Amino acid sequence: MKALMFGWEFPPHILGGLGTASFGLTKGMAQCGDMDITFVIPKPWGDEPKDFARIIGANSTPIAWRDVNWDYVEARIGKVLDPQTYFDLRDHIYSDFNYMNTNDLGCIEFSGRYPDNLLEEINNYSIVAGVIARTVDCDVIHSHDWLTYPAGIHAKQVTGKPLVIHVHATDFDRSRGKVNPTVFSIEKDGMNNADHIITVSNLTRKTVIEKYGISPDKVTTVHNAVEPLSKELLDLEVPPKHEKVVTFLGRITMQKGPEYFVDAAWQVLQKVRNVQFVMAGSGDMMEKMIRLAARRHIAGRFHFTGFLKGKQVYEMLKASDVYIMPSVSEPFGISPLEAMQMGVPSIISKQSGCAEILNNVIKVDYWDTNAIADAIYSIIKYPGMYKQLREQGLEEVNQITWDKAGAKVIDIYKRLINR
Amino acid sequence: MKSICFYFQIHQPFRLKTYRFFDIGNDHYYYDDFANDDIITRIAQRSYMPANQMLFDMIKENGKKFKVAFSISGTALEQLEQYVPEFIDSMKELADTGCVEFLSETYAHSLSSLVDPEEFIAQVKAHDNKIYQLFGQRPKVFRNTELIYNDDIASMVASMGFKGAITDGAKHILGWKSPNYLYKAASAPKLRLLLKNSKLSDDIAFRFSNPEWTAYPLTADKYMDWIASLPEEEMLVNLFMNYETFGELQPRESGIFEFMKALPRFAAQHNIEFMTPSEVVSKMKPVSELTVMHPISWADEARDTSAWMGNILQDEAVNKLYCLGERIRMITDKRIRQDWNYLQASDHFYYMSTKHSSDGSVHSHYSPYDSPYAAFTNYMNVLSDFLIRVREQFPEEIENEELNALLLTIRNQEQEIEELNREVELLRKNIVMDKTGDFVPNVEEKEPEPEKEPAPEPKPKKAPAKKAEEKKSAAKKAPAKKASAKKTEEKKPAVKNAKTKKTTKK
Repeated sequence: MKALMFGWEFPPHILGGLGTASFGLTKGMAQCGDMDITFVIPKPWGDEPKDFARIIGANSTPIAWRDVNWDYVEARIGKVLDPQTYFDLRDHIYSDFNYMNTNDLGCIEFSGRYPDNLLEEINNYSIVAGVIARTVDCDVIHSHDWLTYPAGIHAKQVTGKPLVIHVHATDFDRSRGKVNPTVFSIEKDGMNNADHIITVSNLTRKTVIEKYGISPDKVTTVHNAVEPLSKELLDLEVPPKHEKVVTFLGRITMQKGPEYFVDAAWQVLQKVRNVQFVMAGSGDMMEKMIRLAARRHIAGRFHFTGFLKGKQVYEMLKASDVYIMPSVSEPFGISPLEAMQMGVPSIISKQSGCAEILNNVIKVDYWDTNAIADAIYSIIKYPGMYKQLREQGLEEVNQITWDKAGAKVIDIYKRLINR
Repeated sequence: MKSICFYFQIHQPFRLKTYRFFDIGNDHYYYDDFANDDIITRIAQRSYMPANQMLFDMIKENGKKFKVAFSISGTALEQLEQYVPEFIDSMKELADTGCVEFLSETYAHSLSSLVDPEEFIAQVKAHDNKIYQLFGQRPKVFRNTELIYNDDIASMVASMGFKGAITDGAKHILGWKSPNYLYKAASAPKLRLLLKNSKLSDDIAFRFSNPEWTAYPLTADKYMDWIASLPEEEMLVNLFMNYETFGELQPRESGIFEFMKALPRFAAQHNIEFMTPSEVVSKMKPVSELTVMHPISWADEARDTSAWMGNILQDEAVNKLYCLGERIRMITDKRIRQDWNYLQASDHFYYMSTKHSSDGSVHSHYSPYDSPYAAFTNYMNVLSDFLIRVREQFPEEIENEELNALLLTIRNQEQEIEELNREVELLRKNIVMDKTGDFVPNVEEKEPEPEKEPAPEPKPKKAPAKKAEEKKSAAKKAPAKKASAKKTEEKKPAVKNAKTKKTTKK
């Protein structure tokens, strides 16, 4: 089966959870066998893994004819694209886009990030999608998150193949209710045009049905999974510590509920002193949190590390005794799964999508700081609690693999194609 | 002639209130009175009371041919006494019919049989005393918490003088054997074993009102046919279930009460009689021995003890609780001993079970907690406070053995003093007997004179002596009383007593 996927991020150059999830799912589907996946991203770097999907960069897809020879293309973009693909794509330019800002190869430049002119970039991406859809043979089209919905719709119109959109988050999660009307309309348009919608949790599914008015039989939940960690990360060495460490890891924004973490920490510190609380990450609420900790007179027990990346994340987890994610709204939330992989007992809010599939974690309401504090106290005071969560959590998370998620997506494809 | 042996279990734990870590060291009351009251009152109204009435009617109608046995935990009895005293009265009435037998078990419905033999024996005794005090019966057949059983437990039970024990007819123990016989324990051949017939018990307890069950609807007629059609040699059908089956698990509308009431009539048609466990034990002959190495129970599909001691949480909680046992047995504080009892209820550990299979859903159904982790946290917080209180009784630095030795010395001292007193008295008697009657007053007058000032001294010394006497068993009291009777013959023996004690001490 041939699938044409539109995504925005792909490892190793990722900005958030979207890239990790798109990658994991693609790989999981490839593991199920008999899948031929073309994955489109705005700006490939050339070091993306290519063994289970063909990657086409939107920025190396010509939309305007340029008379260039093989060697020139090879020299310019050979690192990210097979020149033959470039010429195939060039043969399918469907309109004269010379009025657009294109380069020497007839391509549009993409930042591949989330720039200020994001809406323009989304539009350009969808223009490029028209060329790709005409070139690449596919049975089904799959768009990851709202940025790529217009591209998916375009491809569907060109090919007449069924469109699946994958909702990794909605604007209701990102904005805590204050929805951007432009974003909402793009999302809504994508959902209306989709033949099927995949959500990453039942929580998101509910949002899609209730807030976007989509018929429930068109929406299926396929929970995210997690890639096994490399031995190198699992065996990371961290300096010995003498105190218990409780860690919050993520963007310090309203969505992640950092203030509930501070309040719970304050409660725990009333009873036990030898605990350190770490807030790892950055965000618009960081300064406010520093002030809050100071006002509660627990600043001495609080550490703000700033943004952590790559290996630092795993080092932080390795040094932690408790991981906590009190998110107010979390479509899925992959980081507790990573904490569990590192053997860290986790406390997560019931308002997180991943709570739907995890059993060996402590689930609390994000606002219930008493319960959060009780859980922290229990994990750091009672060895049985720590051990049970650590061991059972590890066992559980190792069962949550992408190939299972991939199989579910393939099932959905089959249903759509045979309809 | 086939026999049916019915036994019903009644147990309620003292559920814990939400106990936060802030409460550790500050709040020493652990129980959710509201929930406990609410639950037992509701169950009593819906199930226990009407079921008692049903049994009463059945016994009356069938001329005492209908017999049942009960196993009621001490904690349930306490709650019933407190919240539903009318049930205790109704139970006494049932007991007076002579058709109801009470079984022995651990007072707290505890797991002590698996971890703390000394505690186990103490609890069984405490429970039997409670039963005797309430219903005037001394239990002769033992039923362990959740039918937990193995060879070691059999030995302990037999050594306590029980004639029979009840356990589950677990398939992995019985193999090809049938539970419909009387067995004996391999480790204690004098102990008879009654095994639960799971299929027929669960037909009533779990499947009775399930319309998807192929045998639905179950009638007394059909049920007795099943029993009658068992192979001829299989003489005994043990139907063991929770008493809540009637009215709670199987609601009144399901017709469960009418079903039960009709049983004796159809039993009579098929020539099937009802027996109590102790009748079974005395009338029937065991067919073979049963060896049970690893503990079994009546819970879950596995019929093992993993529902209470199957994960790390449960292991830690059980260990942390029972490592206190030795020390608590040295403590006389009533509230500590009471809490110790209540905290042992197996239910607390059951709530911590993380079995997720089809069994897991049953676990969560009965649990007042959201998750096993919440159950563990709450219990451990309570236990932490309890630990503090236990430590306050005796300094923690002293090892149990040392403490025991010290307490022994103290106890021995009392005994020693008493012995010496007796000796002194004896000597004194000899002196009196040696001398003529005229001499006696002279000696006595002489002695008190020089020590008139410390006269109030003897009083405090008398007190401990008395205490020591109280603690002695009845057997030891008797001679002491005799001695004091002799004392009164002599006049003023107490003063003399004290004085001589002083001298001997020096």
